[in-house]
Amino acid sequence: MKKVMKKRMTVQEAWRLHRQKYILMLPFIVLFIVFTLVPVLVSIGLSFTSFNLFETPQFVGFRNYINLIAFDPVFLTAIKNTMLFAIVTGPASYLLCFVLAWLINELPPKVRAVMTLVFYAPSISGGAYMIWKLIFSSDAYGYANAMLMKMGLIQEPLLWFQTKEYIMPILIIVQLWLSIGVSFLAFIAGLQNVDRTLYEAGQVDGVKNRWQELWYITLPQMKPQLMFGAVMQITNSLSVSAISLDLVGFPSVDYAGHTILTHLHDYGNLRLEMGYACAIATLLFFIMIFINIIVQKLLRKVA
Amino acid sequence: MEKLLAAPRKWWRRFKFRRKNRSLAMDIVLVVLLGGVGFISIWPLLYIINAAFKPISEIFLFPPRLFVQNPTMNNFFDLSVIIADLNVIFSRYVFNTVVITLLGTGGTVLIGSMAAFPLAKYKFPGSKFMSNAIVYSLMFNGTVTAIPNYIIMTRLHLVNSYWAVILPVIGGTFGLYLMQNFIVQVPDELIEAAKIDGMSEYKIFFKIIMPLSKPAWITLIILSFQSFWGNTGGTFLYSERLKPVSYMLSQVVSGGIARTGAASAVTLVMMLVPIIVFVISQSNVLETMATSGLKG
Repeated sequence: MKKVMKKRMTVQEAWRLHRQKYILMLPFIVLFIVFTLVPVLVSIGLSFTSFNLFETPQFVGFRNYINLIAFDPVFLTAIKNTMLFAIVTGPASYLLCFVLAWLINELPPKVRAVMTLVFYAPSISGGAYMIWKLIFSSDAYGYANAMLMKMGLIQEPLLWFQTKEYIMPILIIVQLWLSIGVSFLAFIAGLQNVDRTLYEAGQVDGVKNRWQELWYITLPQMKPQLMFGAVMQITNSLSVSAISLDLVGFPSVDYAGHTILTHLHDYGNLRLEMGYACAIATLLFFIMIFINIIVQKLLRKVA
Repeated sequence: MEKLLAAPRKWWRRFKFRRKNRSLAMDIVLVVLLGGVGFISIWPLLYIINAAFKPISEIFLFPPRLFVQNPTMNNFFDLSVIIADLNVIFSRYVFNTVVITLLGTGGTVLIGSMAAFPLAKYKFPGSKFMSNAIVYSLMFNGTVTAIPNYIIMTRLHLVNSYWAVILPVIGGTFGLYLMQNFIVQVPDELIEAAKIDGMSEYKIFFKIIMPLSKPAWITLIILSFQSFWGNTGGTFLYSERLKPVSYMLSQVVSGGIARTGAASAVTLVMMLVPIIVFVISQSNVLETMATSGLKG
């Protein structure tokens, strides 16, 4: 019986057995192929060409990749910065999103609604992070400088965005502050899905405190949302560009705020070397897939 | 001594939301933690609200102050004067935004959920491939796909129509991936039972899957609304008559230093609508909790 099942189905058979499923998926599949799959495949294809948007792409084989890895020291800086960034902000903001969502869930409904808005506030308007530009303004009137000078810790205002030692820590703080977004909302929604009766059953079975409750009941029940949050964190923490471009400018001092995506921005939007830009995007794509596989394996072990 | 210790506990117990297995000490730590993070998070919101009501003299005040001293409505009057002077009537922008946001959000939720259901609950030829393709395509950066996308749009004669803004988002995989991760949790027994009752997959989708994954699609509505609301149409909408409100307002902001007052009013207006949608939708997410017990 099992052998028969394992035999590859013909198209007609699959259609006959699963027609309704395919019909449900049809509108999405059409749009997905046209607006996501084809553009991605074309971009990967372009990464093997030299293409300046005006002339027809010239096939160059692996030259873009070789240049990128072997002859582009700035790209290595970008990778180093991006990885540092992702290692710090990825897990930290993942934990932050979960812990906040979990704590909010304990509050009475009215307070909870207000707190959800408060935590989500940085993400609700696109450019809200520009406020950090005021805080870390380089003159004595910037909030950070004014405060430090008042406390007597510094004599002269610090040039926050022009000093390479400060750039990365500031970007990390801003990203953490900004990261209570999609995953946070998904966790809140996920917590609503946990069956209340399980908590009562847990008390009978000897769950003693909130930590045990979290570990034995809440976390296993939220496995899909945790997976979703992980994918979001990976893509977000490795795709930092807007805050770097807007806060420290481009190019940043000594490339201290240079990430893979600002490198992509440089070649894609400024130098119009699309083949090279596509190679950067493709490389980042595979880095993310690789990290995703590792993280998913880790999460499976935990949950 | 024992009485003293017991008293506050009893006082706390009166709150209905308190469950067993909770210690007071930990509660206090948590409230402090929430308050601390909340204080940092609320900053931009306070800043934007205050800036909108600041007179010009206070906007340019050095050193800058967070809270407004002499609140005024002038910024909003300035904005209304600019709006009245536009070449295209304001209601046209509003109409464009409403169409794009409604069709876009509705389409993302409906089409995404329809595809998410079979992928989450069944194994069939192609399902594994699709699931992987969906996760992986989230990881490909949009900067470089913009050009192939534009060429496809041109070939399909979609450029300069609402569809150019809406369809790529629906064809993106974010919404589907979110829904898929929630629909997985709908108990198989319910679907089996529905099948025994003779329900078709379509009926199961509308009668069982959607009602049970309400927190998920409400969350998706919030996120999707927010992104469509902020969408300025970019290169895909070039005729002024099709541009959304967000584009018009961003033009006001880019009008230079003379418009600083109006610009800060714009920032508040742009933020207000998503906040209202957020609050209404989010209270629905939290409400479902009271009635849910549907698992298992």
